[in-house]
Amino acid sequence: MKQRYQFHGGVHPAANKTQSTQTPIARAALPSHLVIPFRQHAGEAAKPVVQAGEYVLKGQLIGAAVGSISSSIHAPTSGTISAIDSQTVVHPSGLPDLCATLIPDGKDEWIEHHAVDYRNLSQLELRQHLRRCGIVGLGGATFPSDIKLRALKSPPGKNTGILIINGAECEPYITCDDMLMRERADEIVRGTDMLRFALSAGEVLIGIEDNKPEAIAAMRRAVAESGLPFEVVAVPTIYPGGSAKHLIRVLTGLEVPSGKLPTDIGVQCFNVATTYSIHRALDHGEPLISRIVTVTGNVAQPQNFEVLIGTPILELVAQAGNKPDTNRHIIGGPMMGVQIPSDTVTLTKATNCIIASSPALFPPLPPTLPCIRCTRCAEVCPVELQPQDLYWYAKAKDFAKTQAFSLFDCIECGACSYVCPSHIPLVDYYRFAKSEVRARDAEKQAADKARIRHEFRELRIEREKQEKAEKLAAKEKAAMAAKQAAPAPAAPQTDPENTVQMKIQAAIEHAKEQAAAVKPKNTETLTPEQQADIAEIEARRARIRELASSHVEQPKEN
Amino acid sequence: MRFSPFINKPITVSQIMLRVLLALIPGIVLYVWHFGPAILVSITLASITALATEALMLKLRNRPIAPFLQDNSALLTGWLLALSIPPLAPWWLIVVGTAFCIAISKHLYGGLGNNMFNPAMIGFAVLIVSFPAQMTHWLTPHGLHQIELSFADQLEYMFFGILPAGVTLDAITMATPLDTLKTHLHLDEPMKQILDMPIYGRLAGQGSEMVAWGFLAGGLYLIAARIISWHIPVAYLGSLFITAGIFHLTDPAHYVTPLFHWFSGAAMIGAFFILTDPVSSPTTNKGRLIFAAGAGVLTYLIRAFGGFPDGTAFATLLMNICVPLIVVYTQPKVFGKKGARR
Repeated sequence: MKQRYQFHGGVHPAANKTQSTQTPIARAALPSHLVIPFRQHAGEAAKPVVQAGEYVLKGQLIGAAVGSISSSIHAPTSGTISAIDSQTVVHPSGLPDLCATLIPDGKDEWIEHHAVDYRNLSQLELRQHLRRCGIVGLGGATFPSDIKLRALKSPPGKNTGILIINGAECEPYITCDDMLMRERADEIVRGTDMLRFALSAGEVLIGIEDNKPEAIAAMRRAVAESGLPFEVVAVPTIYPGGSAKHLIRVLTGLEVPSGKLPTDIGVQCFNVATTYSIHRALDHGEPLISRIVTVTGNVAQPQNFEVLIGTPILELVAQAGNKPDTNRHIIGGPMMGVQIPSDTVTLTKATNCIIASSPALFPPLPPTLPCIRCTRCAEVCPVELQPQDLYWYAKAKDFAKTQAFSLFDCIECGACSYVCPSHIPLVDYYRFAKSEVRARDAEKQAADKARIRHEFRELRIEREKQEKAEKLAAKEKAAMAAKQAAPAPAAPQTDPENTVQMKIQAAIEHAKEQAAAVKPKNTETLTPEQQADIAEIEARRARIRELASSHVEQPKEN
Repeated sequence: MRFSPFINKPITVSQIMLRVLLALIPGIVLYVWHFGPAILVSITLASITALATEALMLKLRNRPIAPFLQDNSALLTGWLLALSIPPLAPWWLIVVGTAFCIAISKHLYGGLGNNMFNPAMIGFAVLIVSFPAQMTHWLTPHGLHQIELSFADQLEYMFFGILPAGVTLDAITMATPLDTLKTHLHLDEPMKQILDMPIYGRLAGQGSEMVAWGFLAGGLYLIAARIISWHIPVAYLGSLFITAGIFHLTDPAHYVTPLFHWFSGAAMIGAFFILTDPVSSPTTNKGRLIFAAGAGVLTYLIRAFGGFPDGTAFATLLMNICVPLIVVYTQPKVFGKKGARR
């Protein structure tokens, strides 16, 4: 049995997973329309490559990846693109983003696609294929998977890198990975083998929390049948045990250093759903156009659906049976999920679960009391932060101190808020502090840039001046040398200082002449009438100036 | 719009404080058993004063009254003060002390969660400095004196200052076992002779050692229920034991056993109920060990060499001052920063 390690803290909220695992994964009905955001992944948004009115086939590229971190977007079904415009998307900010609206024609007709022989592809070709297929991490971070596929270095004390497949699924209510492992274990194992090949990983560990015995059994069977040397490890059920860094810790005992990536210690981690879609992309050539989504909470029949990306959330929820007292919908789990900002938002690659919520299911919090420094938050923090101190400094807007207390190591798992007996929304304070720090950093960077530019300009002007002076001095020296070299009996001996003095004198004379030159020229031959007119105009000007200045000053006095 | 997490562990400040109050019950029961019901009167007076002062201060500070009155923290402060001072005292003693605890040492610092010092111990310090005479009249345990006041007599004394005819205060009260020990050691009496006095029991003071057992039991419940962590009680009792042990081993004729110190005065209630106040104690486990160990040494030094018979209150307050510094220097390493130095 594989040795397992522990991490500090963690909580045990009620799992509430059995409700949605009673029935197999159902295929969601073809929606009336799909709204597909061009930004469904970490990094740069995809660039639209179709136009409104265009007919597209299922799996056809509609948004191309641009930049180093980006991914592609595809049409989830065949139909007509009716619009490409800004729409509200799933994001706590509620801000709109560029989306394509697709009206299905009901034929669900595939574009031509083929399996690829990944063993005969170069590393680069393999990565490009996954990028073209729009494969991103489906565990929540939606990081483009192609970027993670580089040959692993070996962790300390090992010969080969470690590949970890994350089937922990630690958040309450969510069961999409559980059901996927139960029903499509063979495909996940195939995907895992592809990842192992691409990463040249030696050791492969599949971590599943021990509250999913069916998934563990299915995966063990699939691994045994494949004959591949993978190990399915049952890890203790604890939230947030599915966080990549924490699962790595539990399975390997290694700790990913703060601010570093797992690859820095020779480990790479993929979610089971990502692994499955990698299998689809390589063995079938299918882009990522659908995913498994748990619909649970206050619905008639909680269950998992295979859903096309872009499906309206509420249309999907209706298929599980609406209940009248539903007051909000949450995307994700109850610990880290977000409330949907509008009823029109649609499913993205990141959507793993939709919880219909009612006041009975998630009752409003009792009134918040002051922090009594009981440190229950510190006891459960999986990153070993001091949440009570972070809260104190975030509340006081002492952001320098929050950073000294490792604010940016916070993974916003919500364990601290969950256990707080004073019901302080701690994570909200950390999100606020983080955004403030980021905004200030951006501001500072802009100011720094401007300052550097200004300083450089000053420097350049100074340098040019100096260069000019040097050139002049050199010229004079040369001239003097020439003079001295030539026999000049009558000429008085001129020392360089004298020459400079003379030059200054000449410059002053010149300046005086110039100043005289800009005087109004035709003032000498004016008639008295004209002079009177000019005097009057001057007086009027003076009065206006006076009025204007008193107007400006008045509000100050009041 | 609400933000995650959407679920919460069903625990409230009110429940935590309530459990601490419950954990005091075994000690209180033993108190009543050995010293009579006067303590119940002072606890009641303390409770009423605490809630009334809390409500008044909340109103003056424009804070919502109901949620804070229900948090049970004022009650706990009142109970701890009542258990720290002699129960047979004029009624105003506990009232003045409790009002000071709540109004000055809690609300003037910003109310719940903001007090730097343990409010109950501030109340104790104020009373022992301002009313030293009243603070020395401790009840004698049952069976030690010929005369014992009935409950009615006790009430009459507390509220009207009247004692039954022919009874003097000295006849029904005594100095604490710690105080007695100190006085007699000053008179150069041999240790054995002092400890043979009837006010001493098996380990420490007759009766009071049993009350200490009650607080120990309640404290162990608090640890088992994860209301407090073991760090403070263990470090406090440990350092008190070690310090007392060193002195006792060096000179047993002048320094009593460590166990005597454990079961005397406020050591037990201090270890589990007073030093463990989360607001005024460190937030890091390492810090808690340092804080409580320091308090243990100070308690011993005050008891053995200081001007006051017991040292728990002043040791607590002195260590409260050090908390911000201790916390700064005992920050744990963050996940992923284990290798690096802070």
